[in-house]
Amino acid sequence: MILFYVFVVLALVSGAMVIRAKNPVHSVLFLILVFCNTSGLLVLLGLDFFAMIFLVVYVGAIAVLFLFVVMMLHIRIEEIHENVLRYLPVGGIIGLIFLLEIFLMVDNDYIPILPTKLSATYLTYTVYAGKIHSWTNLETLGNLLYTTYFFLFLVSSLILLVALIGAIVLTMHKTTKVKRQDVFIQNAIDFQNTIKKVR
Amino acid sequence: MEFAPIFVYLVISLLLSLILIGVSFLFASSSSLAYPEKLSAYECGFDPFDDARSRFDIRFYLVSILFIIFDLEVTFLFPWAVSLNKIGLFGFWSMMVFLFILTIGFVYEWKKGALDWE
Repeated sequence: MILFYVFVVLALVSGAMVIRAKNPVHSVLFLILVFCNTSGLLVLLGLDFFAMIFLVVYVGAIAVLFLFVVMMLHIRIEEIHENVLRYLPVGGIIGLIFLLEIFLMVDNDYIPILPTKLSATYLTYTVYAGKIHSWTNLETLGNLLYTTYFFLFLVSSLILLVALIGAIVLTMHKTTKVKRQDVFIQNAIDFQNTIKKVR
Repeated sequence: MEFAPIFVYLVISLLLSLILIGVSFLFASSSSLAYPEKLSAYECGFDPFDDARSRFDIRFYLVSILFIIFDLEVTFLFPWAVSLNKIGLFGFWSMMVFLFILTIGFVYEWKKGALDWE
């Protein structure tokens, strides 16, 4: 329980520091601290696999993306003297919408109940104590994701494909000076023609 | 609890980093000894030409995005590998379709030259 409060307080304080930090790189580092504390909270909830995914995806990849964006923005530290309250209306509205969504989500179950084979035609004596399985997150997810919800799984792969192609189309420019290795051409070069003796 | 070693590791790393910062506060030369030349930036004998934080190529960003996508693909592989003996052939082939779709993306990326560096 103490650990819970430690994680919560650290996450909230560093979340506030994300907004307050003058240097954008510092605020990205505080964002990483928020992610780490949140994954600690997920571990406390018993969602160990999701905690690992949170660390791998958010800290390992998305925080790096944020760092790249910050470095591409070319902000000098001396130039940041903006009014703090300038973004308050937009940010406040977005925060209120987010809070409303959270209150809608809490105590509501949006995932449909699994179709189970219920047959009330006969009643037999069953020992329910022997039927209790304790499955980990990983096993539960694996059993459902690839069979029952395979459609969503394949849709997620299409989303990843679109993201990949979009990123390439948006950022690639024609490069002609790339030096590629072509093993066949390199091996097929006639040795007599490459070296000449010049008198 | 099975996460106790990780917690011990966290506490030890926290203590170690605090000690490393604190020692430099304790034993560093005090500010009365530091003269302006000592505190100024030093760059190979020159005066610094420009700000160190310059913009750089967007290719780093592209590589990072491509890393995220294949990172997520590997993430999907973990529960699949654990429960492969329970989900049967259907689960196996749904994963194969998933991998095939992402392989199309990988071939596109390779042929487009997104992985090449000048």
